Amino acid sequence: MSSVSFSHLRVSYGKRDVVHDFSDTVKPGDWLCLIGPNGAGKSSILRAVAGLAAHTGDISVDGSPLRLRSPRRRAELVAYVPQSPVLPDEMTAFEYVLLGRSPYVSYFGVESNHDRAMVHNVLQRLDLEPFASRQLGSLSGGEQQRLVIARALAQEAPILLLDEPTSALDIGHQQQALELVDRLRREHGLTVISAMHDLTLAGLYADRLALLHEGHLVVAGSASQVLRAETLAEFYGVSVTVHHEPDGTVVVVPRRVS
Amino acid sequence: MSGQPSAGELDAIPSRQHSWWLPASVLLLIGAFVLGAYIGPAGRISSANWNLIWTVRMPRVALAALVGAMLSISGASYQGAFRNPLADPYLLGVASGAGLGATIVFVIGRSNTSGWLIDPLPLAAFGGGLIAVMFTYMVGAAFGSSSSSRSSITLVLAGVAVTSLATAIQTFVLYQNNDVIREVYSWILGRLNTATWRDVRLVAPYIVVSSIVLLLHRRQLDVLRVGDDEAASLGMQVGRVRLVVVVAATLGTAAAVSVSGLIGFVGIVVPHAVRMMAGASYRRLLPLTVVLGAAFLILTDIPGRVLTHGAETPIGVVTAFFGAPFFIIVLMNKRLVR
Repeated sequence: MSSVSFSHLRVSYGKRDVVHDFSDTVKPGDWLCLIGPNGAGKSSILRAVAGLAAHTGDISVDGSPLRLRSPRRRAELVAYVPQSPVLPDEMTAFEYVLLGRSPYVSYFGVESNHDRAMVHNVLQRLDLEPFASRQLGSLSGGEQQRLVIARALAQEAPILLLDEPTSALDIGHQQQALELVDRLRREHGLTVISAMHDLTLAGLYADRLALLHEGHLVVAGSASQVLRAETLAEFYGVSVTVHHEPDGTVVVVPRRVS
Repeated sequence: MSGQPSAGELDAIPSRQHSWWLPASVLLLIGAFVLGAYIGPAGRISSANWNLIWTVRMPRVALAALVGAMLSISGASYQGAFRNPLADPYLLGVASGAGLGATIVFVIGRSNTSGWLIDPLPLAAFGGGLIAVMFTYMVGAAFGSSSSSRSSITLVLAGVAVTSLATAIQTFVLYQNNDVIREVYSWILGRLNTATWRDVRLVAPYIVVSSIVLLLHRRQLDVLRVGDDEAASLGMQVGRVRLVVVVAATLGTAAAVSVSGLIGFVGIVVPHAVRMMAGASYRRLLPLTVVLGAAFLILTDIPGRVLTHGAETPIGVVTAFFGAPFFIIVLMNKRLVR
């Protein structure tokens, strides 16, 4: 299990800063969910961890800075699932999940039998084995989403980044995908950092929430600490009712204004 | 996580399917070699014209094989490196850039350069081709959008612009130096029909080295199919891989163009035909394009020899005849291959 700590992270595109001075620590095996309105900087933080966005400040894993690692060594620690993954229609499910083994294959090398066996293993555990030789274009959205998670799992990285993992799914598949991530994180001791729009789901699955607004961290803590009607009204400009269920679940329900 | 696979499990691994494609293609290539040596305006083989076969037809067949293999694997590699199904050595401006580079050497004068240690002609063609493709890529990337089908078309339009510019400069240079027009145009038209073993020896090293470098990148090109960001998050240094692939493909194309002249559409037709038959994975695609590209150009070189009496039909006419309709089919195919 690995911890992730951010220290004075600043992400800029051109001259515009999209994340200002973000500092936080994610404990080993924890699930941190970044929330906030569009443009708050959630995706930029995830992209910085994945090595895809230029940044200053440090991101450390178990105390050692990620920027000292080569892209391949970084990919052994961090698996990234983007908001809309590219799924080439004519690639088979097996070939797709095999891409997750890339960090372990030398520049001119090809995957070993161990890599292939490992991919079969992952496909089996996610009940995707029957699709192994199917082309991605012929699979449903829910199946595709599970394959994207399978690819990240094949990467054997202790840290999993999920950018809006449920935005394209119906409510049933949203639950299925999040349950899967939760199960895998328990089984493999993964540390998860996600960005999500659905506040109720975020509070339901994540250990901690961090609310961002225009690149600044506003508040971080448990669901009941962060998901408060007045806070959400201030930063999302939304009118909501927050219910607290007896089991501790926090439910955010939008209210009709007029 | 791990666990040793049983023998049965490994047999079921999907990427081992289609393994019969390569032997079948090699058989086709051998057949093409035999046909290419057999058919020609001088009639059939007899013991008396073995000399003709060896000195006239075989170099021509060998050169067509090298050029066909190179243009095909370059096309497939450009398509992978730019994630663009329409990429082709000609559409990207490589060929016209190479032509411009060669023109400049002709203007300096072949007699002036004959004493140079290394023949500058292939190098100038390579330099011109590389500048053209880099320019096309920069223009395409600057104005392309994130939507893949729109940036595909932007890249092709950028290639058209670069081709026009290179051709315009070439025409201007030729107007100033009209004593070399004949030399330049005979270079552009190519000399497949007058090929000698010396031509084969001149280009073979470039083509063999480029093809090996491209074949070694077949797994990287598969990773690149999921896009720059995801490939980078999987640990790939995307910029470096793209640069190596484009340089190797351009070097090989420039060498091929320097002997064969402008032969269009091979880099589009062969890779897409292979994708339709054997799937889109670059691990299968690249070796198959080499073999089938060689066979394709040997075979398309044959009709030109016998169709018309007296003068031969240029091979570029034959490939365009097959290639242009094929290109339209690729355009119509909505699932633009990634």
